[in-house]
Amino acid sequence: MKIIACIKQVPDSEAKVKAESGQVSWGDAPLVINPFDEYAVEGALQQKEASGGASSSLSTVTALCVGPESAREALKHALAMGADEAVLVSDAALENLDTVGAARVLAAAIQKIGGADMVVFGRQTLDNGAGLTPAQTARVLGWPMLGLAGQIKVEGGSVTVERVLDEGRQSMKANLPAVLSVVQSIGEPRYPSFMGIRKASKATIPVWSLDDLGIAAPTAIVTRTELMNPPAQELATEMITGETPAEIAEKLAEKILAEKVL
Amino acid sequence: MKTFVYIDHFNGEVQPASWEALGLAKSFGSAIALVFGSNVDAVAKAAVEYGADEVLVADDASLTDYRAETYASTLASLAAAASPLNPNLILFPTTARTREMSAMSAVDLNTGVLTDVSALEVNSDSFIATRPIYEGKVLEKTVCSGKPVMATIRGRAFPKPNREEGKSGTITKVAAAGEAKSTVEGYSASESAVNLGDAGVIVSGGRGVSNNPSLTPPAGMDEKQAEVWRAQQGFALVTELAQLLGGAIGASRAAVDGGYITYSHQVGQTGKVVAPDLYIACGISGAIQHLVGMRNAKVIVAINKDADAPIFKQARYGVVGDLFQIVPALTEAMKKKLGK
Ligand SMILES: Cc1cc2nc3c(=O)[nH]c(=O)nc-3n(C[C@H](O)[C@H](O)[C@H](O)COP(=O)(O)OP(=O)(O)OC[C@H]3O[C@@H](n4cnc5c(N)ncnc54)[C@H](O)[C@@H]3O)c2cc1C
Ligand SMILES: Nc1ncnc2c1ncn2[C@@H]1O[C@H](COP(=O)(O)O)[C@@H](O)[C@H]1O
Repeated sequence: MKIIACIKQVPDSEAKVKAESGQVSWGDAPLVINPFDEYAVEGALQQKEASGGASSSLSTVTALCVGPESAREALKHALAMGADEAVLVSDAALENLDTVGAARVLAAAIQKIGGADMVVFGRQTLDNGAGLTPAQTARVLGWPMLGLAGQIKVEGGSVTVERVLDEGRQSMKANLPAVLSVVQSIGEPRYPSFMGIRKASKATIPVWSLDDLGIAAPTAIVTRTELMNPPAQELATEMITGETPAEIAEKLAEKILAEKVL
Repeated sequence: MKTFVYIDHFNGEVQPASWEALGLAKSFGSAIALVFGSNVDAVAKAAVEYGADEVLVADDASLTDYRAETYASTLASLAAAASPLNPNLILFPTTARTREMSAMSAVDLNTGVLTDVSALEVNSDSFIATRPIYEGKVLEKTVCSGKPVMATIRGRAFPKPNREEGKSGTITKVAAAGEAKSTVEGYSASESAVNLGDAGVIVSGGRGVSNNPSLTPPAGMDEKQAEVWRAQQGFALVTELAQLLGGAIGASRAAVDGGYITYSHQVGQTGKVVAPDLYIACGISGAIQHLVGMRNAKVIVAINKDADAPIFKQARYGVVGDLFQIVPALTEAMKKKLGK
């Protein structure tokens, strides 16, 4: 099994992100692998193990990222978790990439890697939060899309996933190769092992340009025109106290009703 | 101005934000509703009643089970520049399905999708959408230079139009397109449908719902089983309050990871982002990853034993106390006041 996990690098979720003179700023908060994509790497590693064992060379996991040079660190995290290889696509012409553009670049990189049996995505990015790239990559490749998988099972040439939807779980099946996106139910991402961290620190990560991929920079169709901080909430917390739970509840119920939100 | 509105449904159960999208489309001009599936006459009729000027129905066996490929191809064939309908804008409610199908049709039509939109302005011929980025810590205005512009709207961000029962209108059959690349093998409804996105009230439980040492679990349970059993007693209280207020049940990730409740209830960064009118957090500490999922609620009430819990900083009303005492007392008080 040849598996590719697509990952992006984003500011840590604890970061205080704000709009500052037209730019997004996160101070000195660290950049990390997109939390949803840690599940993608975890899902990919689980499938590698299920298909031939952790050490089998027949099965490989390649982490793939389109981003700036600094995104190497996110790929190293994937390597430290157990991915076999990593590829960074980086090019100055890729600065204003929208999701369709990202999908086209990812699809070209997937072809250059030599294709795959399965490409695993996270559910969405923490920065853009569009949740579009997996289905768009599948469309560009012409592969089936199995989205929001909480469980993955490969049998023969096909893959079955348990899709986690608001309405319940849906079991969906397609032939390989296929594009998947995964959700948290796939299982906690493993921590990088000591060996993994050592391996990752020594790994050389190839960097491909658009020329290497043989494609031109996609024109951005979706563009940002303005950046804003959300309106500041002037919030005074009112603590409700009383002698007994019943007295507190009575006061709180009155407050809630007075808000006219029911 | 002509707008398509995709009416998202699961087995005929319509996502309410579809009607909000329809109302928004009407504010720009004429609104053509799109209904895909099989045996969807009732959905098409409802679309007329909610104000669609026309409804296009693709009723076909190939569309019985939602599959992104066929739904996207059907949509793209109706919206293509060569189609006589040629809309300027396509609106969707934001759901798992619409993210996929809009994503794919955008590739086909060489346009883009603006997701999770909370405001949409028209400026001569372009649409300017406001949407959250970085988990809502920052907002951006974005435009799409392709045609049609596609936008998925956030639930409860736009007013829902009134329904005029019995209204009649034009319903036109259209053809399905595309080939499915997957099969739906089954569907387990074992988890009750959770619709946090358009709930007006959400009552949520966190790790604290398992913390009632005075409850004695049935004999023979190991420690983990006893914890889950206690949590179920806690969630029963949360559920009772939610039901009384006509709301949905939410949860923190600690509650989901603890096995107290299923993932579809999770609110937060890796769960759902919600914006109800009232959010009652019971036994939730208020980690940033939870807050990004609920801080846009109009009124937040926090019930927590620990006076220093960060959740209180986000709350309009706070109670420092044991949820096992406060929550049932609140249910009682509300029952009386609501005359139930
Ligand atoms: C990448 C990533 C993604 C994440 N995504 C999410 C997400 O989507 N959603 C989410 O919620 N979390 C998420 N988390 C986890 C988050 O960081 C917190 O760990 C989690 O929200 C804590 O849940 P909690 O508040 O229920 O538990 P705790 O932090 O353990 O808090 C329990 C609270 O209950 C109170 N309590 C205990 N007993 C009682 C009682 N009897 N009565 C009243 N109060 C009581 C305690 O005082 C405490 O404040 C994520 C974390 C990471 C790293
Ligand atoms: N630049 C990128 N490089 C690699 N993978 C990406 C990139 N952008 C998005 N992805 C993948 O697509 C998923 C959804 O991204 P988005 O559509 O931006 O929300 C992410 O969770 C990643 O798995």
